[in-house]
Amino acid sequence: MIAFLLKRTANAAFVMLAVALLAFVIFRFFGDPVEMMVNEQATLQDRIDLRERLGLNDGFVTQYTRFVTNAVQGDFGISYRNQQDVMVLIKERFPATFELVLVATVISLVVGIPAGVITAVYRDSRLANMLQLGSIIGVSLPSFVVGILLILAFSVSLGWLPAFGRGDTVDIGWWSTGLLTASGRAALVLPAISLSTFQVTLVMRLVRAEMLETLRADYIKFARARGVPTARVQWRHALRNCLMPVITLTGMQIGNLIAFALVTETVFQWPGMGMLFIQAVTFVDLPVMAAYLLIVSFIFVALNTLVDITYAWVDPRLRDDSARGNG
Amino acid sequence: MKLRHLMLATAAVAALTGSAQAENVLKWGANRDIGSLDPYSFGDSFTINVLNHVYEGLVRYNKDLKIEPALATSWEILDDQITWRFKLREGVTFHNGNPFTAQDVVASLTRVSHETSPLKGNLPAYVSSAVVDDYTVDITLNGTYPLLLNDLTNIHIFDEEWMTQNDALMPTDVGAGTEGYATYNANGTGPFIVESRQPDAKTVFVANADWWDEPQHNLDRIELTPVNSAATRVAALLSGEISFTNDAPVQDLPRLAAAPNVEVLEGVDLRTVMIGFPFRETLTTGAPNPFVQKSVREALYKAIDLDLIHQKVMRGKSRTAGATVAPPIPGYTEALDALPGHDPEASKALLAEAGVPEGLEFEFNCLSDGLVNEEQFCQAIASMWSRIGLSPKLDVAPRAVQSPKRTNGKTDVYTLGWATLPLLDSYSPLLQIFHSKDGNAGVFNWGGWSYPELDALIDAAGSELDLEARLDLQTEALQMVKDEMIMIPLHQQPMAWAVTEEVADMPLFPDAKPRLWFARMGSGS
Repeated sequence: MIAFLLKRTANAAFVMLAVALLAFVIFRFFGDPVEMMVNEQATLQDRIDLRERLGLNDGFVTQYTRFVTNAVQGDFGISYRNQQDVMVLIKERFPATFELVLVATVISLVVGIPAGVITAVYRDSRLANMLQLGSIIGVSLPSFVVGILLILAFSVSLGWLPAFGRGDTVDIGWWSTGLLTASGRAALVLPAISLSTFQVTLVMRLVRAEMLETLRADYIKFARARGVPTARVQWRHALRNCLMPVITLTGMQIGNLIAFALVTETVFQWPGMGMLFIQAVTFVDLPVMAAYLLIVSFIFVALNTLVDITYAWVDPRLRDDSARGNG
Repeated sequence: MKLRHLMLATAAVAALTGSAQAENVLKWGANRDIGSLDPYSFGDSFTINVLNHVYEGLVRYNKDLKIEPALATSWEILDDQITWRFKLREGVTFHNGNPFTAQDVVASLTRVSHETSPLKGNLPAYVSSAVVDDYTVDITLNGTYPLLLNDLTNIHIFDEEWMTQNDALMPTDVGAGTEGYATYNANGTGPFIVESRQPDAKTVFVANADWWDEPQHNLDRIELTPVNSAATRVAALLSGEISFTNDAPVQDLPRLAAAPNVEVLEGVDLRTVMIGFPFRETLTTGAPNPFVQKSVREALYKAIDLDLIHQKVMRGKSRTAGATVAPPIPGYTEALDALPGHDPEASKALLAEAGVPEGLEFEFNCLSDGLVNEEQFCQAIASMWSRIGLSPKLDVAPRAVQSPKRTNGKTDVYTLGWATLPLLDSYSPLLQIFHSKDGNAGVFNWGGWSYPELDALIDAAGSELDLEARLDLQTEALQMVKDEMIMIPLHQQPMAWAVTEEVADMPLFPDAKPRLWFARMGSGS
C-alpha cells in the first residue's frame, strides 16, 4: 500500500511539473506585460529597464526553474497589475468560487437525482419526456447563454434577483461568506443555477441509466414479490444502489466546476478566482495566470489522486497491477 | 465568540444599507476594476482617473478641460527659466486630518519619479523639487519646458507623514516583489474618501465634508462596481442595479435609448484613429518597401472611402478626421482637417507610376481589443486596398500579442489611436509618435521614420514657453505630418455613457474620463 501511495504521489508531482511547463510555454505567446504596465510617456529605456527588472530577459530554463522553486515554497510573486501578493489575491477569491461551486453541486444533486428517478420509473410518461427534452437543452446550451437568459428573465424583466456581484459578505476569519446575508444569498441564486445546468443533466442521466439497470435486478423483483410498497422499492432500495457512481462523479466534477466557473463568473461579475484569471489574461499578469493554472490543476490532481487511493483502499485488486498481470 | 463577531458584522452591514437609502448613492458600473488604490503602481489611466476623486494634483482640469489651480494657487517661472515656483493652497487637510504642506509635494514628486515607478514617464522633464517654505515649492526641470502644468494634472499628491508612518515613501516594485501600504489604503485631499474596497467586487467612496473646494456635486456615496461583461452591464442598467456606466456598448445603444429609465450620453472621443506605415528598407516578406515613397502612401490614403467607414462601420457615430489631432486639442486648425477625397482610380495610377507590383503583399496589424470596431474597420480598409490591386494580409490579435510586433518592427502597416492624454495637447503625438526615435522622443514611432526638419520644429516647440508661439510651431509640424502623409488619420471614435433617471446631471468629457465631482443626482432618489 505504501509503495502504491508513493507511486501515485510521484505521478501527481510529475503532472504538476508538466502543467507548470505547459503554462510557461503558453505564456510566451501571451505577449509582453511591460507594454501594459507602463503608460504612454515611458521612454524606450524605461521599458527595457523594467523588462530586465522583471527577469523577462532571462532564458527559458532559468525562468522556469526560478518559478518552480518559488512555487514549491508557496511563493508566486506579486501581481503586476494589483501589486499584491498573488497567494493573497487567490486566497481572497477562493471562498467566492468555492461557495458558488458548492451551491451548484447541491442544486445538481437535489434536482438531478429526483429527475433521474422519475425519468427511469415513469418511462415514456409526458413528464419524463419533458425532463428528457429539458436535459438535452441543458447539455447543449452554453452556460454563458443560460446566464444571460436568466439575467434577462429574473433581473431585467421581473426584477427579483441581482444581475451581478456577490451581495454583502461576512468575514469569518479569512473566509468571506455570502451565505449569511440576504443579499448574498439572493446574488448566489442565478450564478449557481447557471453553473449547475450542465451538472443537473449529467446527474439526471447517470441516475436514470443506473436506475434502469437496477430496476431489472433480481433483488428488486424479490422486494416487489414480498409486497414492499413500490415507492419504497424505487426510492430506497433501487436508488441507494445507484448513488455510488453519482457520488464519485460529483466529487470528480468539483474540479471541473471550479475551472468552468470562470465563464459563469465573467457573466455575473462574481468576484472569484475565474474572474481574477480573466483579468490577469487581459493585462498579461503572468504571476497571477501561472498561480491560477497551477492551483486549479492541483485541485484536479489532488481529487483524482484521492479517488484513486480510495478505490485502492476499497478494492485491493487495484493496488498492485504488476503482480496480477491484467487484473 | 465567533458568532458574536458575525452578528456584529451583520448588524453593521444592515446599518450601512439602511442608511444608504436616504442618500444620493451613485452606483457606477465600470467595464473593469481599478488595479489598486495606489495611482502610481501601474500605468493605467483608468485607475488614475478613478483615484483622482480621492487624490488631487497641484492643478486640475475644469469642466471645459482648461487647467485651473487646485492644490497650488499660483505659479511662476523663475529667472533661470527652468525652475517653477508654486504657491500652495493653505488650510487644506488630508482625509486623515493632516495638514497639506510643501513637504507633501516634494515627497509625492520624489515617489512618482523614483526609478522603479512605472509612472515616472508622466513627469518627463522633472529633475528635482525643493521646499522653500511651508506653502512654497520649487520644481526644477531639465530645460525650458512648457507643459509642466499639463503633466501635473495627473500627479496625485500624497501625505508625507502618512507615507513615512506606513513605509510607503517608495513606489511598489514588482521586480523586487515588494507590496505597499498604499495599495490597500488611500489618504488624499480630494472630494471623496475611500470607505471600503473589495477588489473586483466593490469600492465605496463617501463625500468628503471637509473638502477645501465648494462642491458642485450632491453625491453622498459612490459605489464603483466593475461589470466586465457588456451584456450584464446593460442588464444591470436596465434593472437599475447600477445608475451610471462609462462604457455603454455601441451595439446596445438603441436598446438603452429606448428604455424609459435610461438616458444615453453620446459624444465624440478625443482619440484619433490613424494608420501608420513602415519606413524600413524591406517589408516583413523581404520585398523592397514601397511605402517609403510618399506617392504610395497617398495612393493608400485615396483608396480608403472614409465616408463609407463613417456610415457603415461606425454607424454614423464617428467624426471623420483629416488632422491627426481632434478639434479641441491646442494646435489644431481647420486647414489641417481637409480630407483627401476618395479616388481609387487615382490610387491605381499612383501605384503604377511608383512601380509597385500588382498584388503586393504586406501585413496589416490590428488589435482585437483596441479601438471601437477596430476589427471591422480594418477589414473594410483591407478590402478597399485589395480593390486597387494590393494584397494586405490582415493580422488581428489582442494588444498584448500585437504590441511586441509593433514595437520591434515585426509588422508593416498598423493602426494607432492617440488621444493626446495625459497632456491634452498636440505636443503629445508630435513628440511620442512623429519625432524620430531618440531617448524620450518617438517611442511610438513604430514605422521608424525620421524627418530632421520636423524634429527641429517639435524640439523648438518643446522649449518654447510662449503659448502662441509654441502652438504655431506645433501647427506647422502637424501640417508637415499631413503633407508628408506619415500617418493616415481616419476618424475620432464615438464614446457613449449611460445613466438612469436617478442621475440629473452627468457631464460627458471628450477625454472619456468621468469626473463625478460635477455629477448631480435627482432629489427624489
